[in-house]
Amino acid sequence: MKISIVDYGAGNLPSVERALRGLGAETKRATEPNHMDGAEAIVLPGVGHFAAFVAGLRERNLTDSLRAANNAGVPILGICLGLQAMFASSEEAPGESGLGFFPQEIYALPANVKSPHIGWNQVRLTRESSLLRGIPANAYFYFAHSFAAPAAAESTVAACDHGFPFAAVIESGNLRGVQFHPEKSGETGAQVLRNFLESIQ
Amino acid sequence: MTLARRIIPCLDVDAGRVVKGIEFAGLRDIGDPAELAARYNREGADEIVVLDISASVEGRVTFLETIRFVAAQLNIPLTAGGGIRKMEDGRAVLRAGADKVTVNTAAIERPQLISELSQQFGAQAVVLSLDVKRKGDSWEAYARGGREATGRDAAEWAAEAVSRGAGEILVTSIDKDGTRSGFDCELTAKIAASVSVPVIASGGASTFDNFYDVFTAGSADAALAASIFHEETHSISALKTFLSQRGVPIRMSR
Repeated sequence: MKISIVDYGAGNLPSVERALRGLGAETKRATEPNHMDGAEAIVLPGVGHFAAFVAGLRERNLTDSLRAANNAGVPILGICLGLQAMFASSEEAPGESGLGFFPQEIYALPANVKSPHIGWNQVRLTRESSLLRGIPANAYFYFAHSFAAPAAAESTVAACDHGFPFAAVIESGNLRGVQFHPEKSGETGAQVLRNFLESIQ
Repeated sequence: MTLARRIIPCLDVDAGRVVKGIEFAGLRDIGDPAELAARYNREGADEIVVLDISASVEGRVTFLETIRFVAAQLNIPLTAGGGIRKMEDGRAVLRAGADKVTVNTAAIERPQLISELSQQFGAQAVVLSLDVKRKGDSWEAYARGGREATGRDAAEWAAEAVSRGAGEILVTSIDKDGTRSGFDCELTAKIAASVSVPVIASGGASTFDNFYDVFTAGSADAALAASIFHEETHSISALKTFLSQRGVPIRMSR
């Protein structure tokens, strides 16, 4: 299984690589468009600022190749900010465009809850999910974010509540996204990645 | 569906070894950082903190190696810090495999450091480490490993740090640290009420009840301890079972 991990210049890639390799996948960092050629799946990890993320993709000419890969039906898994980048735009960076795989906007967590939402939280299934297959309903996942996609987005398969119901897991066609960090979510997170790898075989 | 309270073992590292400071007697060797981190990961720790307490330049280089070794053992978050003076120090720590970086003295001297780190890596990656001593009815922030009074009110400094982009506050009571008399719940409640980000309580942990108190009366989101876990008098899994049975939202790992 050849997995291309998009390297946009920031972010903690080693932990994502280690987690995927531990499950038997072969990983390669993509810093240039042709690095994604021949990948059986693409992982889009991300931390930090939405603007820095989309600018990082643009500067490396990765935006168009990601769109082309999506059009070709290549499975893509967005993690945390990587999930957010799949949407059209974000309140974090007004005027910036995301990848636009989903038409909705990303919103800031409201002021009545602690933000960033940092720590282990539970999710609830809203639809059948391939990423959460075999994972108990009360399992915890590690979150670290200040913005989120509203759970109303039709790609949502599992939601979490923090200020508003937000999309914890999205699945639509070849696209997958998790707002939590599977590579930091212990055995439960490893199961999510295992499910992703199995779903593309 | 509730955000769980976190249990965080802390590794104080000097020259590649986990150590424990003993008053007037220097340092006692506790063990290998990667081995301890792996054990805590297995026992259900929610996160690991590694702090560089070495003073030398050589120690700094070794510390990045330590972060790499520790990170390789974990499938939970890792926070690292100690002696972070500039943005590049933070970047080095994060590139070595930490998910978050703590800042302390350098941020007191130059608060802009917090803004720089937060803009570059996001608020979720920046933790203000706040060493505090009680002063009458309020609390004062201390610098240089708790040795130097800053004249700044701790709650006010915490609030400024958050407005500059700190995503969490790790508050250590100097009065309680090493005393084993429980966390300073009044202090953590005060800091928690002053900021809109999660608060990690540190200093004074001894019994399971201390943790219960800091999560309830102390309003802490997470609790950090070192010695009581290192000495194996308390296992993390037993502590988590205790707290869970008392109604504290806790992640019980499988």
